[in-house]
Amino acid sequence: MPETRPDGTVALPAAAQQRVAGDALLLRGGLWITASVLAIGLVLPLATLFVRAFEDRDGGFAGLENFGRYVTTPTLLAAAGNSLWIAAATTAIVVPVAFFYAYALTRSCMPMQALFRTVMLIPVLAPSLLPALALVYLFGNQGMLKGLLLGHSVYGPIGIVMAQCFYCFPHAAIIMAVALATTDARFYEAAEALRAGRGRIFATVTLPGARYGLVSAAVVVFTLVVTDFGIPKVIGGQFPVLATDVYKQVVGLQDFNMGAVVGLVLLLPAIGAYLLDRWAQGKRAATLSGRAVPYAPRPRRQRDLPLLVFCLGVASVLAGLLGVAAWGSVIRFWPYNLSLTLDNYDFARFDAAGWDSLLVSVRMAGLAAILGTVLIFCTAWLLERGTRPGRLGSILRFAATLPLAVPGLVLGLAFILFFNHPANPLGVLYGTLAILVLNSVVHFYTVAHLTAVTAIRQLDPEFEAASASLKVPAWLTCWRVTVPMCLPAILDIAVYLFVNTMTTVSAVIFLYGPDTKPASVAVVHMDEAGQASAAAAMAVAILGVTLSAKLLQLGTARLVERATQRWRRR
Amino acid sequence: MASGAAPYLVVEEVSKAFGTVMALDGVSLTVAAGEFVSFLGPSGCGKTTLLRAIAGLDPANSGRILQAGRDITALAPAARDFGIVFQSYALFPNLTVAENIAYGLRGPAWPKPRRASRVAELVELVGLTEHVRKFPAQLSGGQQQRVALARALANEPGLLLLDEPLSALDAIVRLHLRQEIRTLQQRLGVTTIMVTHDQEEALGVSDRVVVMNHGRIAQIGRPEDIYRRPANPFVAGFVGRSATFIAWVEAAEGLLQAGQDGWRIAADAARGMPRGTRVEVFIRPEDVRLTRPGEGGAGSFPVTVRHWEFLGPVCRLTLAAGPQRQLEADLPPDAAHALGAMPGAALAAEVPPERVLVFAADA
Ligand SMILES: Nc1ncnc2c1ncn2[C@@H]1O[C@H](COP(=O)(O)OP(=O)(O)O)[C@@H](O)[C@H]1O
Ligand SMILES: [Mg+2]
Repeated sequence: MPETRPDGTVALPAAAQQRVAGDALLLRGGLWITASVLAIGLVLPLATLFVRAFEDRDGGFAGLENFGRYVTTPTLLAAAGNSLWIAAATTAIVVPVAFFYAYALTRSCMPMQALFRTVMLIPVLAPSLLPALALVYLFGNQGMLKGLLLGHSVYGPIGIVMAQCFYCFPHAAIIMAVALATTDARFYEAAEALRAGRGRIFATVTLPGARYGLVSAAVVVFTLVVTDFGIPKVIGGQFPVLATDVYKQVVGLQDFNMGAVVGLVLLLPAIGAYLLDRWAQGKRAATLSGRAVPYAPRPRRQRDLPLLVFCLGVASVLAGLLGVAAWGSVIRFWPYNLSLTLDNYDFARFDAAGWDSLLVSVRMAGLAAILGTVLIFCTAWLLERGTRPGRLGSILRFAATLPLAVPGLVLGLAFILFFNHPANPLGVLYGTLAILVLNSVVHFYTVAHLTAVTAIRQLDPEFEAASASLKVPAWLTCWRVTVPMCLPAILDIAVYLFVNTMTTVSAVIFLYGPDTKPASVAVVHMDEAGQASAAAAMAVAILGVTLSAKLLQLGTARLVERATQRWRRR
Repeated sequence: MASGAAPYLVVEEVSKAFGTVMALDGVSLTVAAGEFVSFLGPSGCGKTTLLRAIAGLDPANSGRILQAGRDITALAPAARDFGIVFQSYALFPNLTVAENIAYGLRGPAWPKPRRASRVAELVELVGLTEHVRKFPAQLSGGQQQRVALARALANEPGLLLLDEPLSALDAIVRLHLRQEIRTLQQRLGVTTIMVTHDQEEALGVSDRVVVMNHGRIAQIGRPEDIYRRPANPFVAGFVGRSATFIAWVEAAEGLLQAGQDGWRIAADAARGMPRGTRVEVFIRPEDVRLTRPGEGGAGSFPVTVRHWEFLGPVCRLTLAAGPQRQLEADLPPDAAHALGAMPGAALAAEVPPERVLVFAADA
């Protein structure tokens, strides 16, 4: 309480003024921590990767020699071409399917929408290897449905595209569902008032309204396919693609320079996609006014019934593939002895690390979730509210969106090149859990950051000003108000980081050490060793963990809501 | 402002630019201790920017601000002495009314019992005693406003800043609350600055009004001065309603001539202006006296009623005084009926010369 002077004016104690300066310093320091994490975990590794692409084996300057070698090696070029058309084919299949699935969820009165929504999300929880393994069961050399492929082998483009469709579907469907859900009912009312027919409304209102969502979905699917490593590794056979090429150059041939070149090539479509997606997002945001009236569909049999049949079909394929993988993992000897057994889950028989690799994964994902959430949310808050926007702020804002454009495989490769450099004192981290956690946090930074920013932006922009006027430091208001209000988003971020770190293969495959082999890498190794059933079992075990995490989130969501969101009720 | 005492708040030549937009352009003003001052002006004229510069939330680019004799220009908001109510109230939605009000009451100076009794005192003051356990979303707009006010006053600040405190409320609550704020302010004697774009609000509750336009101060004065003696055409046009037209000074004793038809009107304000000066004339509707044709005084002129609008306590008549000139006149409905002031009726109008507002027009 400031004391009142005899003349009626009020003096603030000098300590208060010092405290103010101290708080500002603290907030600024927070941004510097994030800056160093992103420098060590993103910028410096990528810079190293870039430099290495222009060096020869001994570290001398090679100019464009590596690139010359790349374009004159037909197999390498072919892989790039393969990646592109595989991605294009997957996009052409997935996006329309996702559109109608999302349309059914948002624009129809189809029954069981909640169930379909849940099934749609399941592939997100599984490692991308899982659908590939399931397809091997079904269409592989001993597959039950092999005949359906009319003599074509599933090992190659067919298998890759099928598995990618499964893996990419939820990503496209989520984007489409958001794009279709945020429509303005008044457009429809206006169209109906003008007596437009259903077909005309669909063509003139629905499709244009969803067009940026369609662009986003297509871009996301295309990038996922080009940069995914697990699926072509398991089911690609001899069919070369960019992602497996990086792996082959680095792990097989130990040619880090060529690996760096292929990595840069892999970065190109990802960056292009990233720019295109940002453009589409900006356009989409501009088409939405704050006062949109939500669209509420009315039941109509001719529309709802076909959509229900369609969704049942899609959902059974999704659930079916998972089921096949789960079933395959408890079969004694596919397909000759179909009796059930848990032997495949005795991982020590197939891989020296045994169950420990799952434990490593859980520890890695748990740490990434906890540390990553704290770092990402605090940074988002500092950028949005905590400090005056400065140059460091704008650099960080940009850096936070970069990881989305960097494929996991490229990031992993950049990590080895950077941390294994003889002159780097951080080299001791190589092979430890710490480097895996750092890699995962950086790899999945952008989506988590955007979730945090969106949540924080929904709060009144004057909270910090109000708190300053009440002489309460901003960080205390963040703790007492911002964090409790954003708790649902914070949980989302934590679970997102956990699930993705559990299931990722591409980034960590270069970085694990003898004691830190993650479960997803173990799946690759067991599959490489011909232990398909054990690989499926491990993939199912991973799914079990991620599914439990998700269920835990849903279960606690209600508790969290009761504890912290009481104020929402009127 | 009492002339003897040193002013409580001094704003000297404060400027602030957002990019190329000059939000504040050399603003100077003083506020006496215990005074209630309003910043009035159209949207975007820089009222909020000035308020936030005084609070230190968006520091000014240049100029000086002194509060209670202390130079606070460079101080962080937390080191200044003010309470503020934001346009959105910025109440913390996850804290109860009591927790919101007690938010700034922390540290060793505020042990729990003292804090509790202060909160009780404040909720009593704003009349929310039975709502202390509620969350902001469970309160009406007016009640939220009172919580924000109580929170801003909790620490007994020397200066209370209100940014459009009533703009989110509906008309009746607004009227009621603005009187309540004024009463409270007078009871506590706290120096208060209120930002508003509503002139009735500003004129109704303030000791003095600061009229702003394009980042500059257009006029500072008591409400009556602002209304009766606007310093420039902007204030005359912005504050209150008026009919306006261009005229020329015909004779130095204050006779104006307008238009080709030789229409004349006497205006005290034009006295001493050189003959032929081009002027802007403003006439307020309540200053126009209407009589039956031929019954008016020497300065009266004929008008025709064009349009008739019923506003409740008064009727507003639109009058044609000559081919291109329109005036408006307010008069009680009964008087209008008595005069037969229906559309098409011919009447005589008269404006007291001391009430005609005249400003020399540029060029
Ligand atoms: N943060 C900001 N960034 C850029 N321009 C601003 C910002 N805040 C205010 N302005 C501009 O400054 C001018 C004055 O704004 P403001 O003080 O909010 O006006 P008002 O009188 O309506 O409160 C406006 O032209 C506004 O667009
Ligand atoms: Mg304003």
